[in-house]
Amino acid sequence: MVFSRLFRRQTEADQQLSKGLEKTRRGVFSEIAKLFDRGAFDEDFYDVLEMLLIQADLGWDISQQLVEDLKASVAEHGITDPQFAKDYLRSDMVRLLELATRNRKVKILQRGVPFVIMVVGVNGVGKTTSIAKLAAYHQRFGRTVMLAAGDTFRAAAIDQLKVWGERLDVPVIAQTQGSDPGAVVFDAMQAAHNRDIDVLIVDTAGRLHNKSNLMAELSKIRKIMQRHVEEAPQEVLLVIDATTGQNGLVQAKEFAKSVDITDIMIAKLDGTAKGGIAFSVARELGTPISYIGTGEKATDLAEFHPESYVDSLFFGEGDGL
Amino acid sequence: MFESLSDRLTETLGKLSRKGRLTEADVDDAMKEVRRALLEADVNFRVVKDFVSAVRERAVGQDVLKSLTPAQTVIGIVHEELVRVLGTEREPLRVPDRPPQIIMLVGLQGSGKTTHAAKLAVHLRKQGRNPIMVAGDVYRPAAVNQLQSLGKQVNVPVYDEGVQKNPVDIASNGVRFAIERGYNPVIIDTAGRLQIDEPMMQELVNVKNKVNPTEILLVADAMTGQEAVSVAQSFHDRLGVTGLILTKMDGDARGGAALSIRSVTGVPIKFIGTGEKVDALEPFFPDRLAQRILGMGDIQSLVDRAREQTTEEDAVKLQDKMLKGKFDLDDFLDQLQKIKKMGPIGQLLEMIPGVGQQLKDAKSQISDDDYKQIESIIQSMTPLERKHPERIDFRRRKRIAAGAGRNPSDVGQLVKQFDEMQRMMKQFGKMAKKGKMPKGLM
Repeated sequence: MVFSRLFRRQTEADQQLSKGLEKTRRGVFSEIAKLFDRGAFDEDFYDVLEMLLIQADLGWDISQQLVEDLKASVAEHGITDPQFAKDYLRSDMVRLLELATRNRKVKILQRGVPFVIMVVGVNGVGKTTSIAKLAAYHQRFGRTVMLAAGDTFRAAAIDQLKVWGERLDVPVIAQTQGSDPGAVVFDAMQAAHNRDIDVLIVDTAGRLHNKSNLMAELSKIRKIMQRHVEEAPQEVLLVIDATTGQNGLVQAKEFAKSVDITDIMIAKLDGTAKGGIAFSVARELGTPISYIGTGEKATDLAEFHPESYVDSLFFGEGDGL
Repeated sequence: MFESLSDRLTETLGKLSRKGRLTEADVDDAMKEVRRALLEADVNFRVVKDFVSAVRERAVGQDVLKSLTPAQTVIGIVHEELVRVLGTEREPLRVPDRPPQIIMLVGLQGSGKTTHAAKLAVHLRKQGRNPIMVAGDVYRPAAVNQLQSLGKQVNVPVYDEGVQKNPVDIASNGVRFAIERGYNPVIIDTAGRLQIDEPMMQELVNVKNKVNPTEILLVADAMTGQEAVSVAQSFHDRLGVTGLILTKMDGDARGGAALSIRSVTGVPIKFIGTGEKVDALEPFFPDRLAQRILGMGDIQSLVDRAREQTTEEDAVKLQDKMLKGKFDLDDFLDQLQKIKKMGPIGQLLEMIPGVGQQLKDAKSQISDDDYKQIESIIQSMTPLERKHPERIDFRRRKRIAAGAGRNPSDVGQLVKQFDEMQRMMKQFGKMAKKGKMPKGLM
C-alpha cells in the first residue's frame, strides 16, 4: 500500500491563500485592524467591533460571544490600548475555527482503491468549478484523476464538467441529462477501478437542503459508492458560498444529516464576503473546513488554515508564518 | 433552531393582554429582540439599525389594543414597517418607448441568472409576448450551451455567437437580430461577476450603453448574507438597476437580503424564484416576504400551494376547516396525499405561522418517511374514529395498530400529534377572526 499525506506545508499554503485573497484585502483594508489602531477603547469601540463581526456574517450569537470575551480579557489584564488586545480577539477567533480543523483526518490513498470525493451543496455555490480546482490540486501531487458528471439535472451541467475535463486532461464519466445520477456513479466507480484511478471526484446536482427527496437521493448515491468500495466516499465535501448568510449553518447541518460531511470548502472568497458563517459551522458541527476557493480558475484553491484566514480576512495582515 | 420573533416577543413582553400604552421599557426590550431576529434573518446591520429606530419611534407610547398582547402590538408595527420598506405595491416591468423591451440580467456568480432568463421568457410568453434570449456569458464553461438547452426546453429561441466574441457585440447583434425578426422582449443573460471586478463591471456598463436596456434586473440569492448591500449598491451605482429578482426562495433562508437591498438602493423587487423548474417564478408580495423575514411562515403560500393540487373551492373549504378546528383525520389523510405531491411535509407545516418551537418538535416527528406509516394507520381507522380521534381508546388503538401492522404506541403518537396540530390551527383561527394577524395573511 502506498500512503501519502494530502496536506502541504503551512507556509506554502499561506502564500497561496494570501495571493488568492488579495482582491478582498485590496478592496477592504481591514476595518477591524483600523479599529484596534484607534489608541483607546472609546465609547463605541465594542459596538463597532460587534458590527464588523456581524457584517462578516459571523452571526449575532458568535459576534456577541467574541465581544463579551474580549471585554473580559481587557478587564482581566487591565489593557488600555486596543493594540494589545488584538491578539485576544485573534486567538479567540482562531480557536473557534480550530474546534473544527483539529478534527481533520489525514487522508490516506491506498493503491488499487480509488479515493472518492463526493461534492455536494446547494445550487450555485460553485461545486463544478471547485471540482476542477480539486482535480488540478490532486494532479499536482502526481495522482491520476477522474470526474463523474453526477449532475444529471441542470441544463448543460454535464457539458460544463466535460469542458473542465478537457482543459485539465482528465477523463469524465457521464451519461445524458435526465439519467439517474446513481447510474452515473455506478459507472464511474467501475471505470475508476478498471483504469486504476487514484482520485475520483463526483459532481452532484445543486440542491436545497430542505427538499427531503433530493437529500434522500444523495444518501442513495453514497450507498452506491459504498457498495463498490467500502470506504467510499472517503471525502464528502460540502461547498458553501462565502456570501451566504446564516442559512449556511442550516445547510451544513442538513447536508450532514443526509451524507455525513467530512470536509467543507468555502468558495468565492475572492469577493467581499468573508465567509463568516465558517465560525458557526466550526463551533456547532466541528466539521473541518479544509479548502477555500478564491476565483474562477482551476488554480484558485487553497487549503484552509485558521490563522491565515483570520489574519488575512479580519486583520488585513500578512503572509502567514 | 430559531424561535420566531413573535415567540420571542411573547416571552419578553408577556402573554397577557392588557390595556394601556407600550412603555419605553417594553419597547427597549422588544427592540433588542427585533434587532436580533432581523440580524439572524440576514438583514444588513446598518439597515437593521435604521429599521429598529423607525419602529421604536412608532412603538413608544403606542396604544395596546384591548384584545392584543404587547407582543402582538409590536409585531404588528414591525410587520407594517417591513411591508412599507419592501414596497407596498408591485411594480411591473417597464415598457420601452420603442420596442423591443430589453431585459438585462446581472449579478454575482451562481445567483441564478441563466435559469431566470428562461423563467422570464416563459412568464412573458404566457402573457402573449414573443421572447428571445441572448447568450452573453462567454466565460463560464458551457454557459452558452446551458442557455441553448433551456431555450430548447421551453421553445424560446436563443441568440448566441459562441464564446469567442465580445459580450457587448453579442448583445448588440442580438438586439438587432430581435428587431429584424420581431422578437420582443429580448432577455440578455450575462456572466456572473464580482462587483469589485472592475474590468467585468465595465463590461456591463458597456453592454448597457450599447443596447440601452429597458430593465436591468439584479438577480440575487435569497440566502445572501450581509454583503448583499455592498453587492447591490455597486451594481446599482454602476448600472442603475431597475429591479430585483430574489432567487432560491424555495429554500429556508429568511431572505433578509431583500430588505437590505430594497432599503439601501430603493430597487423594487419584481419577482421571486421558487425552484429550479422554468415555471418557478412568482410575483413579489411584500407582506409574504415580511412574514418570512420575521420567521412567521406564510399561510397564504400554503393555501396557494394547496390550490395547485385542488380546486379553488376545495382550498377555501380547507382553510375554513383548519381554522375552525374542524379538520379531522380524513381531511388530514387527504391533505397528506396532496402534500406528498406538493413537497416535504415539514416545509408545509412550517408555513403555519407563529407556532415556533412546538411546531419544530411536531415537525420533527412527522417526516416524509413517516408518511406511509401515517397513511396506513389512518386507513385502518373507521370513519367514526377519523372524525373523532378523541374517542380512540386502548381497545381501538390495538385494533387499528393490528390493521396497519404497527404498534399501538404509533397510533397513540399520531393521534397526539394530530391533536396538537389541530389545537394550533384553532388558536390561529381565533386570532385571525379577531383581526390580530397581520394583513394579507388571509
